[in-house]
Amino acid sequence: MKRIRQHLTDILLILGLVLLFTSLLLWMVKAPPLEAFQNLLAGSFGSWSRFTRVLNVWIPLTLCSFGLLYAFRTGLWNIGVEGQMVLGAVGATWALRMGMESGSPLLYLGLALVSGAVLGALWALFAGWLKIRGGVHEIFAGLGLNFVAMGLVLWLIFGPWKRAGIASMSGTQPFPIELWFPSLPGWRVSPFAIALTVAVILFSFWVLNRSRFGLNLEAVGRNPRAAPLYGLSPRQYMLAAIAISGALAGLAGMLQVSGIYHRLIPAISSGYGYLGLLVVMLANFRLLPVPFIALFFAALNVGSIQLPMMMQLDSSLSGVIQGASVMSALLVFGLRRLRAGRAE
Amino acid sequence: MHIELQQIHKRFGKVEALKGIDLKVSGGTIHGLVGENGAGKSTLMKILTGYLSSSGGRILLDGEAVKYGTPAEAAGLGIGMLYQEPQDFPPLSVLENFMVGRDSHPDGNRARQRKRLQGLAEKARFELDPDTPVEKLTIGERQQLELLRLLGRNARVLILDEPTTGISERQKERLFQALYQMRDQGRTILLISHKLDEVSSLCDRVTILRQGRVVGEEEAPFHISRLLELMFDQSHQEPVPRPDSRPGRAILDFDRVVARGERNGLHQCSVTLRQGEVVGLAGLSGSGQGLFLRLAAALQRPLEGEVHSLGHSHRGRKHSAFRRAGGTFLPADRLEEGLIPGFTIQDHFALARGLPAHKARETAVEAIDRFNIHGQPESPVDALSGGNQQRLQLSLIPEDARLILLEEPTRGLDVSSGEWIWHHLLERYGTTGAIVFSSAELEEILAVATRVLVFFDGRVVRDLGSDQLDYQHIASAMTGN
Amino acid sequence: MNELSLTLLFAGVLATAAPLIIAALGETITEKVGVINLSLDGSLLLSAMIAFMVAYESNSFLLGFAAAAATGALIAGLVGMFGIYLGQLQVAVGFALTLLCRDLAYFAGNPYSRLQGPRLGNWKIPGLSDIPVIGPVLFQQSSVVYLALALIPAIWWYVYRTVRGLELRAVGENPEAAYTRGIDPRRKQLIYTLVGGALVGIAGAAFSLGIKPGWGRPQGIEGIGWIALAIVIFGGWHPVKVALGAFLFAFLQVIGITLQESWPGIPAQVFQVAPFPLMILTLVLINLLQREGVQRWLERRPALGLLLRQLRGRPPRALGRKAGTRYHAYPVASQGIGSGRWLRLTACWRSPCAPWGVTRLRSTTLGANRIGMLDTRKNRTEDRGTRAEEKKNKR
Repeated sequence: MKRIRQHLTDILLILGLVLLFTSLLLWMVKAPPLEAFQNLLAGSFGSWSRFTRVLNVWIPLTLCSFGLLYAFRTGLWNIGVEGQMVLGAVGATWALRMGMESGSPLLYLGLALVSGAVLGALWALFAGWLKIRGGVHEIFAGLGLNFVAMGLVLWLIFGPWKRAGIASMSGTQPFPIELWFPSLPGWRVSPFAIALTVAVILFSFWVLNRSRFGLNLEAVGRNPRAAPLYGLSPRQYMLAAIAISGALAGLAGMLQVSGIYHRLIPAISSGYGYLGLLVVMLANFRLLPVPFIALFFAALNVGSIQLPMMMQLDSSLSGVIQGASVMSALLVFGLRRLRAGRAE
Repeated sequence: MHIELQQIHKRFGKVEALKGIDLKVSGGTIHGLVGENGAGKSTLMKILTGYLSSSGGRILLDGEAVKYGTPAEAAGLGIGMLYQEPQDFPPLSVLENFMVGRDSHPDGNRARQRKRLQGLAEKARFELDPDTPVEKLTIGERQQLELLRLLGRNARVLILDEPTTGISERQKERLFQALYQMRDQGRTILLISHKLDEVSSLCDRVTILRQGRVVGEEEAPFHISRLLELMFDQSHQEPVPRPDSRPGRAILDFDRVVARGERNGLHQCSVTLRQGEVVGLAGLSGSGQGLFLRLAAALQRPLEGEVHSLGHSHRGRKHSAFRRAGGTFLPADRLEEGLIPGFTIQDHFALARGLPAHKARETAVEAIDRFNIHGQPESPVDALSGGNQQRLQLSLIPEDARLILLEEPTRGLDVSSGEWIWHHLLERYGTTGAIVFSSAELEEILAVATRVLVFFDGRVVRDLGSDQLDYQHIASAMTGN
Repeated sequence: MNELSLTLLFAGVLATAAPLIIAALGETITEKVGVINLSLDGSLLLSAMIAFMVAYESNSFLLGFAAAAATGALIAGLVGMFGIYLGQLQVAVGFALTLLCRDLAYFAGNPYSRLQGPRLGNWKIPGLSDIPVIGPVLFQQSSVVYLALALIPAIWWYVYRTVRGLELRAVGENPEAAYTRGIDPRRKQLIYTLVGGALVGIAGAAFSLGIKPGWGRPQGIEGIGWIALAIVIFGGWHPVKVALGAFLFAFLQVIGITLQESWPGIPAQVFQVAPFPLMILTLVLINLLQREGVQRWLERRPALGLLLRQLRGRPPRALGRKAGTRYHAYPVASQGIGSGRWLRLTACWRSPCAPWGVTRLRSTTLGANRIGMLDTRKNRTEDRGTRAEEKKNKR
């Protein structure tokens, strides 16, 4: 009971701080805060079609965030999700390009799913390997590999996979409709993608909170020195966790290619990997809040698209609110810890 | 400078670490402070150097009551401390290390400081190159540098904590000469040491602490036996029944093992332990016992030589294989190394036994009852007291374990908890397996061990059977005699 | 290549490198004192925007630079406050601030997008600028370039030759030992974090008022902050080597633009990626060089050893560590084994604590720096235990 009350106070405090900060900012740029918040809300939940757009952002964001939870359980900062998502997109594009001339699109869609996840996992394992064998901190390994992935995509788009005739930032040749991620007629968001995401959520709940593997991951994260005494190898579990993390990010990348853009574009990741880190930090590394925070963030992203037209405001207001939420959370959690420390 | 401590008390929560210490140290003397681990020596020195505030009592310097709360303020009063672990900045050069510090006026003139350093080094007959990075120095040289720095800061009271651990004979001689020199200049020197031969040759006066009280003061010349008598409480304890069995098959074998770690590593260790033996590893902390246990548990690899346990060579073997073969290891740092902070009792059973949640709960309930653990299956282990944490660790040992390695199994526990643990261990594993344990308390070893290995500076200096266990003999071997 | 284009090349490298040098030197100071400010990418953007806005409105370069410096210091101050005093992970705070500041810059800078604004001209140093080749390269540059060039020796001198610089390094290496010598480590850390942040802010202003004048979305300096962070590592936390790293990167970038003309198929961004694999390679190398086997192997190859040793830099030992309440801990001998193992696990800085855990040192922070944990901890856990039991009894 006391726990729940404490969580509620935290949430209210964080929301209050964010509202205060954002209103102040809007007031400074001489925009009416209330109208801005209304526009954000209307832009994301105002109609079914807008809400489907929110869901289209929610899917990859949730996949990345849940992937991150696995890595965080072992104490790893997998900042490389961004690049792992990009590699997933590359893997999917590779499979789908092969499927362009073939008659069985479903086979190649399946292959894209697998190759996306595998390439994402491999890219993550590379960062993990650099950490464990090369002694490179995972933040720098991951970050460096993000940029390398970025370079790779640009090279592919302008080089081997360039559009017939012209190479441009608009990406590769779009795939025929048979190679799009399957959806139902009239649906702007694929129910299969939603089902896949929900499955990942439920499965992750079971793995991380119920299974022995999840318990082992957490044991390694909480005390890598004691883990060997329980027959666990910290290195193996860290690699496993980061590989799962990468596979889920790769899956998100594959959905971006086959479900949203239907081609490979330079900004294929849309920054969802980095945003996922914010989601997990705001959730204070717990599972339950993640899907909801992801939905909140997705709504902000979609809702803010309206702002330039309606109010001549830049759409990055969504990012400001997201970042401010995390900073407020860090402040609230930090103060709480400080108080607990004093009380002790 | 004269130091006088009057009725110094220190309480940590419920635990009373110092129970009214009175101590007088006169200027121009070397004063020794000896006592067992946990006797209160370091707490007392923490108070004198400004790290801790006392819960009661007064400090008088040259007859004047003083109050201070930080090491910097203590330094301002002329109190300097040479820590056991050098408090320096390894990548910086000798000269730079000499210069860092706000405890005197910062003087950034390198040339001038270099001269001062060289002058001081010459007087003390230390050879230090001002431009070498400190990380390239030996522990002894780092100590010399720190000593010079304190001298350069005009410290009038010098506290030395175990200054001779890890330094060479030659360095020791130099150090002693420097200390005599400083004494003759009128400085006051407080020496904390386990090594009684050094204490007796260096000090003019020695105070003995036991369990937070001053139990005696002796003046030179000293009788080591008298000091030992005062240091260790030899009141009779309830003897734990010793397993009555003859040693059986070899269960752990060290063959000329060399390893790195702890203070001085482990040198050429060859020893065979057998089923039915309860082996106590005696020695001052950090003399190689912890390393021995970790090598035996396949948690660390030897540089040379070979370890066999439970019928297998340790070459290429992991700790998990050691466990499967029937071995187990309980580290002294229960929360740092043994248990998973934040996990519940139930989680630990799930983890150690590979059980699903409901089974783990059942087992946990059973174990809580059998091992008398004060807690619920859902209690996080960091909320348990030390004794309960240790009983939890014991309850995690598989029933059929045959080689039980324990590091300081009763550290921080009260007497009854300790006895309970030994009754349990000897009853369950005393005859079917081998128990190997280290302890800082010699009484514990004498109470339960059937065989004792005495460690000194990374070597096994005595291997004593049950008929050779003599308190005085072991105590003097531990201190290098 | 003829003389003219060589001159252009070197002048271009110098101009490209200048803001990078300022930012990387700022971060070097911060990291030297043991704090990691990961927010560089966002701070650069935000301070660039603020500089442009203020200079545009006030028509004063000085005000623009001052506002940018204040912005940078403010952001760094947040990293410092949250990290040093609130015990939050410095990397977590820094990362959140990166994204927040970037979006804040885009949002608040929107009205100033694509405006013709003030731009720092080049200073011709009379006399010197007429020297052929060297003149145009060195003495006909923007004032930002002169500032960057002056900062290199100035910061080197401060860090390695003054008493305050010595204290700065001492705190970054061993805050506990610094505390025993009467230095307040937290205060020092906060001060130098602020100073480093101010330099980053100035670098941001150098972009929007000089090198890449104006403001827009994208501004064209996205990613530079990460590069600056990488360069600090590449330079082994040494101001001069860090500056050299910045020059190397600028050279790669300028060359990239030149090469792009010959290979139009490859976008310039591909070349801009180059510092990152270089950074990873450097980190691997730093780690390898610490290994005993490699050191012995190198002893037999003095020439190679000498070369590689130049690359060898070591992070300040306390870098990124949770500064906390530990300064009051008392230094006693470490009893743990595995001293020195942390380097293998974390070449760059200590592994962050499991984010949900209570403040505690992890295996990787054990070792040589494990100080004062033993006896105090024992008492603490006992206390907690008895308290828990008391509670139960009351019930």
